Amino acid sequence: MHNRTGVSDIAPATVSGAVPLGTAPLGFRGVVAGIRPLAGDALPPEEIERRLIELGFTEGADVEILHEGLIRHDPIAVRVNYATIALRRHDAAAVLVLPGSAADTARTGAA
Amino acid sequence: MSDIALPTRVALVGNPNCGKTALFNALTGSRQKVANYPGVTVERKEAAATTPAGLRVQLLDLPGTYSLRARSLDEEITRDIVLGRFAGEEPPQLLVCVADATNLRLALRFVLELKRVGRPLILALNMYDIARHRGVEIDFDRLSSELGVPVVPSVAVRRGGTADLLARIDAAIAGRGGLPEPVANAWHEPSAGELRAVQRDADRILAAAVTFPQTADNLTRKIDKVVLHPVAGLLILLALLFLMFQAVFAWAQLPMDAIKDGFDALAALVNGTLPAGLLRSFIANGAIAGVGSVIVFLPQIVILFLFILLLEDFGYMARAAFLMDRIMGGAGLHGRAFIPLLSSFACAIPGIMATRVIDSRRDRLATILVAPLMTCSARIPVYTLIISAFVPNRAVWGGLSLQGLVMFGLYAAGIAAALGMSWLLRRLLWRREPTYPFMLELPDYKRPVLRNVALGLWQRAKMFLYRAGTTIFMMMIAIWFLCSVPQPPPDATEPAIQYSLAAKIGHAMEPVLGPVGFNWQINIALVPGMAAREVAVASLGTVYAIEGGDEHRDELGHVLSAQWPLATALSLLAWYVFAPQCASTLGVVRRETNSWGWMLFLFAYMLTLAYIAAFLTYRVALWLGAG
Repeated sequence: MHNRTGVSDIAPATVSGAVPLGTAPLGFRGVVAGIRPLAGDALPPEEIERRLIELGFTEGADVEILHEGLIRHDPIAVRVNYATIALRRHDAAAVLVLPGSAADTARTGAA
Repeated sequence: MSDIALPTRVALVGNPNCGKTALFNALTGSRQKVANYPGVTVERKEAAATTPAGLRVQLLDLPGTYSLRARSLDEEITRDIVLGRFAGEEPPQLLVCVADATNLRLALRFVLELKRVGRPLILALNMYDIARHRGVEIDFDRLSSELGVPVVPSVAVRRGGTADLLARIDAAIAGRGGLPEPVANAWHEPSAGELRAVQRDADRILAAAVTFPQTADNLTRKIDKVVLHPVAGLLILLALLFLMFQAVFAWAQLPMDAIKDGFDALAALVNGTLPAGLLRSFIANGAIAGVGSVIVFLPQIVILFLFILLLEDFGYMARAAFLMDRIMGGAGLHGRAFIPLLSSFACAIPGIMATRVIDSRRDRLATILVAPLMTCSARIPVYTLIISAFVPNRAVWGGLSLQGLVMFGLYAAGIAAALGMSWLLRRLLWRREPTYPFMLELPDYKRPVLRNVALGLWQRAKMFLYRAGTTIFMMMIAIWFLCSVPQPPPDATEPAIQYSLAAKIGHAMEPVLGPVGFNWQINIALVPGMAAREVAVASLGTVYAIEGGDEHRDELGHVLSAQWPLATALSLLAWYVFAPQCASTLGVVRRETNSWGWMLFLFAYMLTLAYIAAFLTYRVALWLGAG
């Protein structure tokens, strides 16, 4: 799954079954499959990607949506391996995730 | 110049929330020098310490960051000092990277990044006691050999918890050959791919050297189930804010009265000792009364900061930002703006200074521009005087005090104005700019350490007093001058102030301020009120030739209610919700935005709002028959 060159080795669009973390429901558990920031935000996509990586969103990291806000279920608090990160669903949309286990797959249908 | 004579420069770096400042406090105690880096208001904390081996070190506490890719003002300082390119700052000879032992994943990536800088480096695994208690097992030798840097445990909150770190610093400085010269810097801003690779390496090291327990710490999660609940969480936040304001107003009363009495007694002593004349007036009215009128707010500021520091140490502040992000986002503000705006209820100055954690320049500017609209404690004396004089003290709607409701309404007006203004700014100035990301780590809850809170409070109180003793003191002298020069003629029949420059200014303002219902006495009070709003109360007292200050406030209230129409009183209240009447705030805005333009913009828009609000209030009140 990883190579040693440090180059992003996963083409997110090709990961079948991956959904944006930003659209996943409360309680979602999964694994990060890739980062795919969209252009048109205040920061360039590369910068968004770097910030997400610096907060622990790297391929293979376990994620779980622990909490969400009142208005439009936004922002969300996500457990990423051993840290909890708060971010807006808009920014979390750049993180592509695969549902973690069969037991959880049923609950992610909304995404 | 021999290096032996000089203390070794050691800099502490680390992720936010790693307990770095607590460790710094434990290493240095209260011998810290807190100042600002030249040109910016990022706090520079430095202290001298002596190691067990008797070596002198100069410790520098750098702002927390996840990487050397600086994203905010704070982080730029950390990057530039670590890289040794901060002008006027000697590069550190030894870096101590502080990491939360319970949350090592992101820290290890940062350690690998710091290694590339080429300076001697030690990794301190802080909060090691908590990690052990949770069952985290760390193989120090393995971690050290994998990372290629010495690794020591540290416990900032326990006596002796820094012994290992100090011994390691000793060994690094005085060991075989002493501190090595830094090798050439190999750090450059990493690409996303490089960051990934480094994190992968860090994850590998973590897996090799650290064993995590099967069951994670669930206490934080359990608390968050309630505290971050969409509805209950907001109610808890509101309750906390309510408790905080209760405390600020109720607990502060006694010490505030004591400070006021103290300054009054001092002024009385001067009045009784010195012969009448300019010198006595200068010392009693200019220096003592002026500085006293500001220092009297120290208890309120200390109590407010006590709450803020406790909530911060506990780990709640990041959660407050999480809860408020969407709500404030509706008004075009960033979730991180919540803490600065909260501080602005005490005083806009610490609030504006707290905006430096906001990494987007635009969000930061918007927060700075609306922070002075939050009702600061300096408005309280003005509100109290006018409300007690004009609003009947009776209960409405089953037990609610009408005076209290008016006070609450003024606070609400300030908040509404701040939200409305930031919405407008976003609409008019930054319409095309997309929103900035909001990403924030929510740290595990921790029990606040009394010593750290006390030290933080002491540093803030000291800074406030220093400001009162310098900037505000100078301004009070200028205002005293305006109010006392020229001296009244010997056959004067009116109060002395009416012959002064301030009175001339007050009269000159009549054509402008007449339409909002202000008489010339109010205009005069507005002039000294420029230094600090609360001074307006004392000035009204002087203008109406009433002896004394607070103990006669009721009397001043009687005079006002006899002489002013209700419409004028309401108009003055509306004016004070918006008026940019505090020169120190304007000074801080200029420094923080590094622009006279934004400061003038702030002044102009607040003045315009104040005028419109006072005008509308006055006209509507007249129309309703309150003339």
